[in-house]
Amino acid sequence: MSAASSASTGGPPAIPHLDVDPFAVAFFADPFPTHDVLRDAGAVVYLDRWNVYGVARYAEVHAVLNDPETFCSSRGVGLSDFKKEKPWRPPSLILEADPPAHTRTRAVLSRVLSPTVMKQVRDRFAAAAEERVDVLLGKRSFDAIADLAEAYPLSIFPDALGLRPEGREHLIPYASLVFNAFGPPNQLRQEAIERSAPHQAYIAEQCQRENLAPGGFGACIHARVDEGEITATEAPLLVRSLLSAGLDTTVNGIGAAVYCLARFPDQWQRLRDDPTLARNAFEEAVRFESPVQTFFRTTTREVEIGGARIGEGEKVLMFLGAANRDPRRWDKPDTYDITRRTSGHVGFGSGIHMCVGQLVARLEGEVMLSALVRRIAKIEITGEPKRRFNNTLRGLDSLPVTITPA
Amino acid sequence: MPAIIFIHSGGKTSGGKTDRIDVSDGESAMQAATRHGLDGILAECGGNAMCATCHVYVDDGWLARLPAMADDEDALLDGAAAERTANSRLSCQIKITPELDGLVLRLPERQV
Repeated sequence: MSAASSASTGGPPAIPHLDVDPFAVAFFADPFPTHDVLRDAGAVVYLDRWNVYGVARYAEVHAVLNDPETFCSSRGVGLSDFKKEKPWRPPSLILEADPPAHTRTRAVLSRVLSPTVMKQVRDRFAAAAEERVDVLLGKRSFDAIADLAEAYPLSIFPDALGLRPEGREHLIPYASLVFNAFGPPNQLRQEAIERSAPHQAYIAEQCQRENLAPGGFGACIHARVDEGEITATEAPLLVRSLLSAGLDTTVNGIGAAVYCLARFPDQWQRLRDDPTLARNAFEEAVRFESPVQTFFRTTTREVEIGGARIGEGEKVLMFLGAANRDPRRWDKPDTYDITRRTSGHVGFGSGIHMCVGQLVARLEGEVMLSALVRRIAKIEITGEPKRRFNNTLRGLDSLPVTITPA
Repeated sequence: MPAIIFIHSGGKTSGGKTDRIDVSDGESAMQAATRHGLDGILAECGGNAMCATCHVYVDDGWLARLPAMADDEDALLDGAAAERTANSRLSCQIKITPELDGLVLRLPERQV
């Protein structure tokens, strides 16, 4: 974890080489000390374990995210370089695309998940959150991951998309596969891909127009084909983007928020005193835990960043989680503060590829936290939380809690 | 350094209150507002024109002097939490130049 050497790359400043493996289970268990090492070593570091550059300070992460011409996505946002390796699945038309191709598909999904659409689904999402709290109040003791963080998005998102009831058990394993696959060829990635065939088959099937209920997000994407904005072959791949990125991320986001509020009772009390802070409490949990920890970009030319020179065709790993706790940007970054001004955090990314489903995530987080805080006086952790390991996502596997009704 | 003026909506505590804020080179009205910790601008997406939570009403006299609205801003404003009017803009899309010194922006009642 130390700066093993500072290789001279000709012309100062030399880029520090680190022997950190940011895709090891030991790192996932507690990434924060290593985040400090990464940020303090320099604006840009080189990770010998996977032969990639890394940026972990807020300024450089933000700069890379906001320069898509230099740091492209079309060569893959995982370690694999699509120019040199065949992708494990057909590339995403939005995540793994650059302008101008990206611009058109992005516009379609932005409209399907717009603030106007969120107004329309808000009451439904809020009612489902209330129903979930009813169930939890009936149990009193439960697993806040399975029974809350997973159960709630599963009760609304597949329906909002317009999925059939059968086969939904493939959704979370598929998402977990997608996010593991952004990582290096380690055990997590290999095993996920080896077991992926049934999940991939299910997803491919659900993306077809005839399998998506009218009025849902999926059908709305297909309707853009009739307007001539996308082709009939593109539409299923855009539906796939929502299936890949729309569920496991919110599970981890809601899980992070509940974990924060259970760990920091003063913040829970603050939220009870002012439930209008629910939305910001969720946003702060996304900053604090960064459910999506990393993404890669690939350089399209030689570039200088943070005083360091990087050649063309190099992978650059962005540590979103480290940027979100960079003391150069945030006051008391390791404190979960539900009144913090979170604007500018990179938990949803930044720039043209910033999470297209961010409004759905915030809506789910807000209505769930506000339902919880209005009806529950106390959340207590009653057992050791277990972490779930994934090459990209940070979250828990289980969180035993007991609640006291308000 | 140009300065812009935010007028708070008629809420309980801040109704009609005015904040005069200095804007640094190249900043948007939203960036200046969040940097100063101004209540009433949320800017959840951080200025990427994706969330409609930095909605403002531009004072009549200034409206015509702002750069034209792009299609994505127009579409987002339809989803703003407070009523959209002919004066509605997203403050993240208003880049402050010396010519906009003294710009007056009114804050809506709510952003979400």
